[in-house]
Amino acid sequence: MNNLIDIMEMSTEEIQELIDKALDIIDNPQKYSDVCRGKILATLFFEPSTRTRLSFESAMYGLGGNVIGFSDSKSSSTSKGESVSDTVRTVGCYADIIAMRHPKEGAPLVASRSAGVPVINAGDGGHNHPTQTLTDLLTIYREKGTLENLTVGFCGDLKFGRTVHSLISAMSRYKGIRFILISPEELQVPRYIITDILEKNNIPYEEVTSLEDSMPKLDILYMTRVQRERFFNEADYMRLKDTYILTPDKLRNAKESLSILHPLPRVNEISVAVDKDPRAIYFKQVANGKYIRMALIMKLLEVNA
Amino acid sequence: MIIGQIKDGIVLDHITAGRGMEIYKILGLEKLDCSVAMIKNAESPKMGKKDIIKVGQVIDLDFDILGYIDPGITVNIIHNGELSKREHLTLPERVRDIIKCKNPRCITSTEQELVQEFRLTDPEKKIYRCIYCEHEAPKAEE
Repeated sequence: MNNLIDIMEMSTEEIQELIDKALDIIDNPQKYSDVCRGKILATLFFEPSTRTRLSFESAMYGLGGNVIGFSDSKSSSTSKGESVSDTVRTVGCYADIIAMRHPKEGAPLVASRSAGVPVINAGDGGHNHPTQTLTDLLTIYREKGTLENLTVGFCGDLKFGRTVHSLISAMSRYKGIRFILISPEELQVPRYIITDILEKNNIPYEEVTSLEDSMPKLDILYMTRVQRERFFNEADYMRLKDTYILTPDKLRNAKESLSILHPLPRVNEISVAVDKDPRAIYFKQVANGKYIRMALIMKLLEVNA
Repeated sequence: MIIGQIKDGIVLDHITAGRGMEIYKILGLEKLDCSVAMIKNAESPKMGKKDIIKVGQVIDLDFDILGYIDPGITVNIIHNGELSKREHLTLPERVRDIIKCKNPRCITSTEQELVQEFRLTDPEKKIYRCIYCEHEAPKAEE
């Protein structure tokens, strides 16, 4: 069964195939507008989401398919105590492919074992979010024309930010990548990312606290939100939420060719004034999310234009 | 101390001193009808001290559990008073239902019928991670 649970299950060649397919979809949307006719995508969102769920739905409609699902666990049988396995086993009878978001880490893996149809992890707690990573990779590729020889800065909540963990893992397989990890000490990337990925593969990295000092070195700046829902303690969240706020002033020393990404939603970590800067590409990134998900759905359903 | 030779059975040798009782319990040896000997703190040229368990019948052993708990154990199978097979244990690639994931965000924390499964991600440091959430397992020695 084809599933996407963790981005590291995909080789760089497979990722490039998806990027190439997404680029062709962008250039020739008509060619793909009917390839999933008669197919149904189920979006099972046990946790709130705007972008990811709508981009999956938009992607499926863009391919001529249909969508069923729910966007809140309260409106599913989970609220009656049904297990993930039983829920997806049932949904697998109604749909050809499932995109699932769940607050518990590992839930999509559990789902993939019993669904009987392909399962896409649309985010599991603070763990993985592979389609966001694919979106990020497509965005970087479209801006830079390559995924190699880049200095990539991550800023904000690097501890609970699943998009950060997945993108570091995915980019660590490309040549000439350097990481600058900018965060308060309490929100540094988990040690296993450092030991198992960066140090194991001899990838140059710096862990720093100053965004301004790192700015001139960056080709990519990946901003993140400090996520209230990942904290057990409200006081810790309040203390850390405004640590980094990107303003036009802080971009003065940045390269002209810098690309600023953010998985969104933002709260206040990027000032709205930055949106006008051509280097701010987070809304282009949102659009890319739809195209790469179209490519992914096609791959998992094994359909071609 | 003299413990008689086994005719047919198993000798678990080179058990880290002090872990014999834990292994005795995990393998459920108290349920056997045959003779079972637990030797604590036996002298060992290699280890200084070691524990040994002798079981007076050939039983099925879960080498994965043994390898995870104490990978230095040697398993000797005895037939007709002679050593018929010797197994040196290694760290298993996967362990199932031996340890529990401690991550409160892991799906296993709410769906308790799931198999608790860990995979070896760093043999040198003996690090196992939960297959669901990748949280590091507590070390067996801890």
